[in-house]
Amino acid sequence: MNVTINGKDQELPENATVADILRELGLESRLVAVECNGRIVPRDRHSLSLVAEGDRLEIVTLVGGG
Amino acid sequence: MTEQALKLGPYTLQSRLIVGTGKYADFEIMEKAIEASGADCVTVAIRRVDFSAKETLLDHIDRSRITLLPNTAGCFTQEDALRTARMARELLDTQLIKLEVIADQETLLPDPIATLEATKILVAEGFTVMAYTSDDPILARHLEAAGAASVMPLGSAIGSGRGILNQNNIRLIVDTLKVPVIVDAGVGTASDVAIAFELGVDGVLLNTGIAHAKDPVKMAAAMKLATQAGRLAYAAGRMPVRQYASPSSPMEGRVGG
Repeated sequence: MNVTINGKDQELPENATVADILRELGLESRLVAVECNGRIVPRDRHSLSLVAEGDRLEIVTLVGGG
Repeated sequence: MTEQALKLGPYTLQSRLIVGTGKYADFEIMEKAIEASGADCVTVAIRRVDFSAKETLLDHIDRSRITLLPNTAGCFTQEDALRTARMARELLDTQLIKLEVIADQETLLPDPIATLEATKILVAEGFTVMAYTSDDPILARHLEAAGAASVMPLGSAIGSGRGILNQNNIRLIVDTLKVPVIVDAGVGTASDVAIAFELGVDGVLLNTGIAHAKDPVKMAAAMKLATQAGRLAYAAGRMPVRQYASPSSPMEGRVGG
């Protein structure tokens, strides 16, 4: 299925959960927050939240800043 | 002012200096500079993950000793700032947020109206809001009334190093607010830090002043000393400013007098 992640289209397996996608991207042990279609998916729901065709994900983390 | 720790809502910081983690040449210098500054709270930004990054910021910050203060830097609308604040809370399980709603890219000045509205909304959602704002004393009062845990007036524009442009306004803000006042932005060198504390502020937040010094670690150490000097001078109660001269040596008993 086609999903937009951080503004870029990506092909991902069908029926993937947010947790599956983070694993696929090598982020499973990094500190990240996930938004799906503008709504935050809480950490404890990552393995329960299915991602669908056309969904827009934002995956963010902490960087240096003032 | 005489109490050592800085209380921000439910949070307590030991150092009156808060430093940023941006603009450093590398993570190693950042780590050493933070250490030299004595800060136990650093600001961090929220951005899209860089999938190819080998090492990350958090690899270089000891979270058992340092409180992370997420910011909403780069947000030009109220909605973006709210969204970023909520992401920060999800990331860090913290209610602490440095709220910035910026009006334009060149000046990076805060949008006063959007900042005030966003403060009200975030306070209602349970955030401990540290509101980055201008040096306008009336706006500072509104932000306090809106529930900000701290009001953070700029000394001058972010990254400009111009120091405190309106000392009078900073003093007015200190005098009229009950919540901690933290000068944030424009601090360029150690004397700016000392001046801020001599005006009675409760804290100083800076990033570029250290990160863009030729020797950031040395400058961070200087900032730490300036914090001590400024707070001590304020507690000592400075001499009054006089219009005319007042001799330090006695006029009586002068030879040939």
